[in-house]
Amino acid sequence: MSTAASAAPPTRERWERDVLEPALARSPERQVSFTTVSGREVRRLYGPDDVADLDYGRELGHPGQFPYTRGIHETGYRGRLWTMRQFAGFGAPEETNARYKALLAAGGTGLSVAFDLPTLMGRDPDHELSLGEVGKCGVNVASLADMERLFDGIALGDITTSMTINSPASMIFAMYLVVAERQGADWTRLSGTIQNDILKEFIAQKEYIYPPRESMRLITDVFAFCAREVPRWNTISVSGYHIREAGATALQELAFTLRDGIEYVQYGVDAGLEVDAFVPRLSFFFNAHNDFFEEIAKYRAARRLWAEVMRDRFGARDERSLKLRFHTQTAGVSLTAQQPYNNVVRTAIQALAGVLGGTQSLHTNSLDEALALPTAEAVTIALRTQQVLAHESGVANVVDPLGGSYYVEALTRDMREGARQHFDTIDGMGGMVAAIERGYPQREIAESAYRFQQAVERREKIIVGVNDFVAGDTTAIPTLYIDERVAEQQVARLEALRRARDGDRARRALDGLRAVAAGTGNTMDALLECVRAYATIGEMCDALRDVWGEYEEEPFI
Amino acid sequence: MRKIRVVIAKPGLDGHDRGAKVIARALRDAGMEVIYTGLRQTPDQIVAAALQEDADVIGLSILSGAHNSICPRVLELLREKGLDDVLVVVGGIIPEVDVPALKAAGVAEVFPPGTPMQQIVEFIGGRARARLEAV
Repeated sequence: MSTAASAAPPTRERWERDVLEPALARSPERQVSFTTVSGREVRRLYGPDDVADLDYGRELGHPGQFPYTRGIHETGYRGRLWTMRQFAGFGAPEETNARYKALLAAGGTGLSVAFDLPTLMGRDPDHELSLGEVGKCGVNVASLADMERLFDGIALGDITTSMTINSPASMIFAMYLVVAERQGADWTRLSGTIQNDILKEFIAQKEYIYPPRESMRLITDVFAFCAREVPRWNTISVSGYHIREAGATALQELAFTLRDGIEYVQYGVDAGLEVDAFVPRLSFFFNAHNDFFEEIAKYRAARRLWAEVMRDRFGARDERSLKLRFHTQTAGVSLTAQQPYNNVVRTAIQALAGVLGGTQSLHTNSLDEALALPTAEAVTIALRTQQVLAHESGVANVVDPLGGSYYVEALTRDMREGARQHFDTIDGMGGMVAAIERGYPQREIAESAYRFQQAVERREKIIVGVNDFVAGDTTAIPTLYIDERVAEQQVARLEALRRARDGDRARRALDGLRAVAAGTGNTMDALLECVRAYATIGEMCDALRDVWGEYEEEPFI
Repeated sequence: MRKIRVVIAKPGLDGHDRGAKVIARALRDAGMEVIYTGLRQTPDQIVAAALQEDADVIGLSILSGAHNSICPRVLELLREKGLDDVLVVVGGIIPEVDVPALKAAGVAEVFPPGTPMQQIVEFIGGRARARLEAV
């Protein structure tokens, strides 16, 4: 054994002076500074000094123990793997139904419904604003009849379903409940999620209908209804995904999303609900972007922050209120139209970050999604990517395998502190609804998006196949194409439905909904009657537009 | 010569405005006068904005697949109002197979995902300046 190997290592200062500096003099680094995809500068090296004061019990905790930095399950994925849940929806309900059956047959373990823009915006397919949009970005569901087609032959009591729907979340949820009822499934045993997160719509994705405060009432009505009738349903998926896609940094995604979560809990409490009666059914949804370690730190910090805030700010006592559960989707915005096969690699790296961050469920994007909705073949590769991670890579065998990494722990801590500062700023504005009304998060995100684009433009950030390594791109891949026949069919069906239903019952139900909206009752009960009467999504949303009006954002650049 | 005037619009039901806003800022930073219409504008509203703002250029941002219905309608309305010389460009997720028909309908250029901002600025700058000089 050489003496050099057996001697105690020199101090960091001595190493830097005697070893590092000469090395830098011989071969300088590639860049003056190195930053994450979010523009955060990272140091050359992280070591024991960076986490010397790390308090394991207070800051990390064992898996399944407060503050859950290392995960909410004692055994990580050794007990149960994450749910492989591929978001899907296009065209008419029966086409999407066939895709679901194929995904379940290929080993998918949950369903996730993508609706088209008319449905998401509460418009019937024959409305003038639905022109060209029917069935394009998701499946068109205009009434209970479409919901029955969507889940035909799929037993809702046996699967979990996630539905990405926000402004008309209660209307779509009511349709789902009535389908389940008709299948003979017990509501108390139904399990799944509605996104139902309107704050991130105002902040980022902009699929809002009603003003913020009225929108918040729909959500607290769902909290109260589910606590009473559908206790295993996740009433909201507080989403950072869209905030990130709109251009936010990892830290902004974390901070705005958790602050949204705080806002929902506050509104629930203000509506008279007990914290521990509804908070356990709140879930989260994060993005998985390209910067591997930054993403993992984000998920770990999220769990810690939520546990601390629920305990200290709201006095939650039920463990389930403290445990942040989340879904992850890989970053659609990172996919490139150029050299599309490279997207398989990006998605795999992002998915791995989600898994190492301890996600409860995962959607992996398909390689063709910068071009169109994915083909069945592309979706299968995306699902197989998750299966390779789960069954071949070994990463699911150990709980929080990056815990204790100098870098990951330092980043996790930075993320938490940064998010706390954002919380203070937003609290100072009077909360998230007030911050949204003055355009604060919207402007912060637009600023980050522009800065990132400028960095790409200056080639400070390299995107393979886009601003470097571009030669030889002649790849043409097959893509899914949705034509206007879907719209014609959905419009014809809607006209037939309006003729066939009991028109008086539908009218009375919609009047009942208006009355509840103008008063104080729970909108869910009124919506269930509308759905049973085959009122359409446009009619239900219009009834509330009549009472509450519509929201319009002040455009800004 | 006055500044080039650009109306950036988000037609249809989609609210994903990241691209529209980034491009609007890039054009403004390049010295153009940029008017952003905001979300969910009908073809009528977009053409009315172009008329009112004396726009040289309309930039449409469409990611939802509604381009085949929306773009020809905007161009038709422009012709009706005698604004045939307004340059119309489209950015977003537009399948390649749809591009020839859009161009035949009068769209000057389609910018797919990943197009450098500089390329868009130069295209619009060059074509719109030619129009201004012709006026």
